[in-house]
Amino acid sequence: MSLADETPSGTLTPQPTAGSERQSPGSRPDASLRPLEPSAGGPDERVPGAFGRLLRSELRLVLGRRRNVILLSGLAAVPLLLALVLFLTRSSQSAGEGPGFVGRVTENGLFLVVAAIFVCLPFLLPLTIAIASGDAIAGEASAGTLRYLLVVPVPRTRLLVVKALAALAFAGSAVLAIAIVGLVAGAGFFGLHDVVLLSGDTVSLGAGALRIAGVVVYVALSMTGLVAVGLFFSTLTEVPVAAMAATVITAIVSGVLDALPALHAIHPWLLTHHWLDFAELLRIQPDWRTLASGLGVQAAWIVIFSTLAWARFTSADVSS
Amino acid sequence: MTPAATAVGDEAEAGSEDTGPLAVRSDGLTKRFRSGQVAVDGLGLRVPRGAVYGFIGPNGSGKTTTIRMLLGLVQPTGGRSWLLDESMPRASSRVLTRVGALVEGPAFHPYLSGRANLARLDAVDATADPRTRTRRSGEALERVGLSAAADKKYRQYSLGMKQRLGLAAALLRPRDLLVLDEPTNGLDPQGTREVRNLVRELAAGGTTVLVSSHLLAEIEQVCSHVGIMSRGRLVLQGDRSVLAARGDARVAVVTTPSCVATAAEVLRGLGLGSPDVEGVRLVAPLGEVPPERVSAALVRGGVDLVGFEVRRSNLEQVFVELTGEGFDVAR
Repeated sequence: MSLADETPSGTLTPQPTAGSERQSPGSRPDASLRPLEPSAGGPDERVPGAFGRLLRSELRLVLGRRRNVILLSGLAAVPLLLALVLFLTRSSQSAGEGPGFVGRVTENGLFLVVAAIFVCLPFLLPLTIAIASGDAIAGEASAGTLRYLLVVPVPRTRLLVVKALAALAFAGSAVLAIAIVGLVAGAGFFGLHDVVLLSGDTVSLGAGALRIAGVVVYVALSMTGLVAVGLFFSTLTEVPVAAMAATVITAIVSGVLDALPALHAIHPWLLTHHWLDFAELLRIQPDWRTLASGLGVQAAWIVIFSTLAWARFTSADVSS
Repeated sequence: MTPAATAVGDEAEAGSEDTGPLAVRSDGLTKRFRSGQVAVDGLGLRVPRGAVYGFIGPNGSGKTTTIRMLLGLVQPTGGRSWLLDESMPRASSRVLTRVGALVEGPAFHPYLSGRANLARLDAVDATADPRTRTRRSGEALERVGLSAAADKKYRQYSLGMKQRLGLAAALLRPRDLLVLDEPTNGLDPQGTREVRNLVRELAAGGTTVLVSSHLLAEIEQVCSHVGIMSRGRLVLQGDRSVLAARGDARVAVVTTPSCVATAAEVLRGLGLGSPDVEGVRLVAPLGEVPPERVSAALVRGGVDLVGFEVRRSNLEQVFVELTGEGFDVAR
């Protein structure tokens, strides 16, 4: 210890003294009052805009994180690659393949948006969303930052709401990233034209673009159930990868069950069953009931899984 | 152990009536895990306002679970607790803004800088003024000696720097109570001394500090009160005088080889009981005998007095005596 006294350490010793000198005029009178009486004003009062600050901080954390930016970039690369491949193999393309989104891209760049979403929907998009939503609570728990958020304090319900909103924002950004790059790449490679719908009718470019925008919105809303599932798994574990994997598996299992004819009765209630119903928007007369029931099923999943997540998170011991 | 522990517990309870306002209080606080294991058993903590309360116990004795319950992170299965006279965890959103905490080591986002991590914690605090954020986080960083490394990524911090950042987060705002769980973990001797000075300085400003540590010498130097936990129970609690009261002072005499027998005889003659003899060194419990009488008697008896020392029991002795667990984990 005497050695430490003599060492011109510089890094540690002088600063607190300097800090305390600086603080003493301000903090001393305060502190001498406080120990006896619970402070009446000052530190207890909420500064307006608290929820906004919390949400902005969370969004910055989620959307600014390098891993998430890479995920979004990966998704955004899909329409670019698709456009490139279609552009280079334009002559030898197989027409009439699948529901016909991919085949139509070369005729009208606007369809690149739909084609790219269609390609990402079975796996890439759910994977990306599962990573972000599964990480929401479990990521903070595994890093140990959850306990420090809670003792700041942030009420658990409010934290969960903000985490859910940030995960939803990420899911929206993921769909939007595909759409925007798809639109730009489609326009660049193939040009934008009046839209020939799946039913064979032609609508103007403006009306077509509106329908494509509708597709993007429907697909984004179709992901909300998965976000709720991810959030719930995220409250169950301190291992983010486990929550992510469970979420992806939920989406995959739902897809598998949806493919088994024997389970016809439960198909309408499956998480993924209505995901491809966005095609309704590309018919001259969309069946709004189909679209509404698709969104209704998502709403049901949201209600069930966010309730479970809330029940779990507000009562769980935080021991990480 | 158990009867003694109960007696001490009762004493602490009785003493609590006249200790004035309490910063931390718990009655019968209990945590039984789903496995059936009782981590904390009927804890009655009394931390007076303005105290520096050393909270010690062997690894696994339930200190951290207690701290987590006090802060509302873990639900007690029995009993109640209060922070700054507010019932927990009901009042947590109101009272925790006045409490700074370091719980089981620092934890921050590795890919953010120290400064950005503090900004994040401040942004989520509903009662923190964003206009003063930069100034406050700058001051907190300076106070723990981390200004120079403030813009480095947390991932690149050494263990000591991480610990400092944890302290800075606890000091982001003026606090009425600081709960510091192992604050000197990973710090070098200079850093340890720093923290000690910081704790003294904060206590001088009126902040109550509840500090847990396994470094007993550390606790002994800064604390006005102590609580010793063992196997989930509080076995000793009170101000420093409870340590002295428990202490059996002993006298150690160093003499020459030829005088060992005489010295032992003199000590026995004074009623000190039979001394432990190790070579030329004799140690005997002092009891009620004044030390100066012992030294005078030894000289009168013709004993060559090479060394003479009175040892009051220190925290470590009391600790080992009460917990008896040494370095082993309790469970």
